[in-house]
Amino acid sequence: MRDVFTWSLIASTIRLATPLVLAALGGLFSERSGVINIALEGKMLAGAFTAAAVTYAADVRFGMGAASPWVGLMAGMLAGLLLAAIYAITCIKFKADQVVSGAAINILMLGIPGFLSGALFLSSGSTPQLPKDHLLPQQPWIIALAIAVLVSAIWYVIHKTPFGLRLRSVGEKPEAADAAGVSVSRMRYWGVLLAGMLAGIGGAYLSIGQSSLFTRNMTAGRGFIALAALIFGKWRPVQTLLACLLFGFTEAVSIQMQGAVKFNGEEIPVQFINMVPYVLTIVVLAGFIGSSRAPRALGIPYQKEK
Amino acid sequence: MPKFARDLLFPLIAVVAAFVVGGILILLVGDNPIVAYRLLLGSAFSWPDGIGYTLFHATPLIFTGLAVLVGFRCGLFNIGAEGQLYIAAFATAWVGITFANRSAWILVPLCFLGAILIGALWGAIPGVLKAYFGSHEVINTIMLNFIALYLISYLTQYHYRVPGDPIQETAFIGAGAHIARLGKFVPGLPERIPVNLAFLLALLCCLLVYLFLWRTKWGYEIRATGSNPSAAEYGGISIRKQIVLAMAVSGALAGMVGINEVLGYRHRYYDGFSDNYGFTGIAVALLGRNHPVGVILAAILFAVLQHGGIYVDGFSEHVTKDIVQVLQGIIILFVAAEAFFKWSLGRFGLRRLRA
Repeated sequence: MRDVFTWSLIASTIRLATPLVLAALGGLFSERSGVINIALEGKMLAGAFTAAAVTYAADVRFGMGAASPWVGLMAGMLAGLLLAAIYAITCIKFKADQVVSGAAINILMLGIPGFLSGALFLSSGSTPQLPKDHLLPQQPWIIALAIAVLVSAIWYVIHKTPFGLRLRSVGEKPEAADAAGVSVSRMRYWGVLLAGMLAGIGGAYLSIGQSSLFTRNMTAGRGFIALAALIFGKWRPVQTLLACLLFGFTEAVSIQMQGAVKFNGEEIPVQFINMVPYVLTIVVLAGFIGSSRAPRALGIPYQKEK
Repeated sequence: MPKFARDLLFPLIAVVAAFVVGGILILLVGDNPIVAYRLLLGSAFSWPDGIGYTLFHATPLIFTGLAVLVGFRCGLFNIGAEGQLYIAAFATAWVGITFANRSAWILVPLCFLGAILIGALWGAIPGVLKAYFGSHEVINTIMLNFIALYLISYLTQYHYRVPGDPIQETAFIGAGAHIARLGKFVPGLPERIPVNLAFLLALLCCLLVYLFLWRTKWGYEIRATGSNPSAAEYGGISIRKQIVLAMAVSGALAGMVGINEVLGYRHRYYDGFSDNYGFTGIAVALLGRNHPVGVILAAILFAVLQHGGIYVDGFSEHVTKDIVQVLQGIIILFVAAEAFFKWSLGRFGLRRLRA
């Protein structure tokens, strides 16, 4: 077990945790405002596909060279934003069930990337390969720094600014916030749209950072792991970051082992390592380890009293 | 407007609206929507292949649609049908392999029991967690989906795979566990088409779910819990018991997909067999307005699309079978945002149609 903990494992933990951190912190904005976000998976897929397709177009069609992944990143973010806007309108304006619309977004995004790549690239669900030197930076220290800055900023916004206070108040007691003059739906739009942007960036990092193309269903449940990390991190920025690092670590271990880990001479099947985030989330949510309390108004559409 | 007309009208509007949006998308990628939709819908009505395969695809969707329906009626959202059907399918195969030498009279009921019990058990876990620990069933069912997948992937890979088989699948179940394909009884329907007795079981389950929910005390208590938990509790109903019961019944229904897949079709557990049946079940229940008859109609619609997707893939220039998922997503969005239609009807001065 000792030789498992190497620098390369730490580096790969950071790399693998990055999309999770982005999506989970996005989910944090949405859920603290009272809107459940099971659609993180779909938004990551939107970001991943759009980023890869636009980076390819920028690079090959418009010859933008090293700038192209940044154009792709912006596009991925906008794709997440667009999807979030659809989600926000159905959930907030039309007061649709948040879980149902979230499931709809996820199902929609199982189809859209394949549909578009079939039309644009005549492929069965993937985008063309990008040149290796035209991808987002992947040096662990750059990413670690960026993540540290992002998490600090989000912590500050959520806990120290009037915006953060209003956001949290509509997620806890929307009636009281409304009575105090805060527009519940405006804050929730902010929460959901920020979630879409961050999840879109997270997805983009998967396709044009960790990888060099989009492949069918490439998020492979990472949106749900991000959701799990958000719950495991008790809806708080720093704890959520730590949860993402833990889940990134389990993924790094399972990749590094290529099948099996030896522990005290016994083989640990990789499936049990993969299960860890999900089991931990159930355990924490049930209150077996500490307690994890969701924002009080989470999932309840707000009906302004007439 | 009479109630049943309204119940039909809104799903119909949602489906038509989704096809319009899908048609625009098809135009945008440069194909003719009418040609694509003819491929998508037309192939399902040929005899015997189109109809046979459509009913085969409808079978798991009826089971998962009913599973989601039972949850909804108790105020619970079971997103875990996917995990429940996988683990139950594995259990079905396990029984069929372990007791392979028994006669059909013992083996078939035993396999049914395996599918139903394990499905119910896996469904009851989030029920217990919700009822006694207060944790949200949506999150727990999502997590249990992944846990189920990894668990059976482990069991298949390490314990039940035939040595040397490169595919993640178990050995074959005993011949006594096979259930007949409908081709055996229906003239003109060849036995190569895999629609089997599980389809009739699915129809029977629709009737049973109807009787259970609307004609028994337990069903009444489940619905009472779903429509107003505090009133139900005040009326002396144990909400906790109803939540666990509803989730167990829901899981059992999802688990019966294993009967169709393992006993009626592949005769082994095959990893990754489900074409998102559990998630499509959400669409089926919603479009079917949480009624067993609606579930049958919606399941057939989605089965038609699923079958037609293959033809779209093969015969159109740009459009791929992904259009099926796209349509499905849009349909659920429209059904979920029913208020959108009421709002737009109101804007266009058709207020009389409003609910």
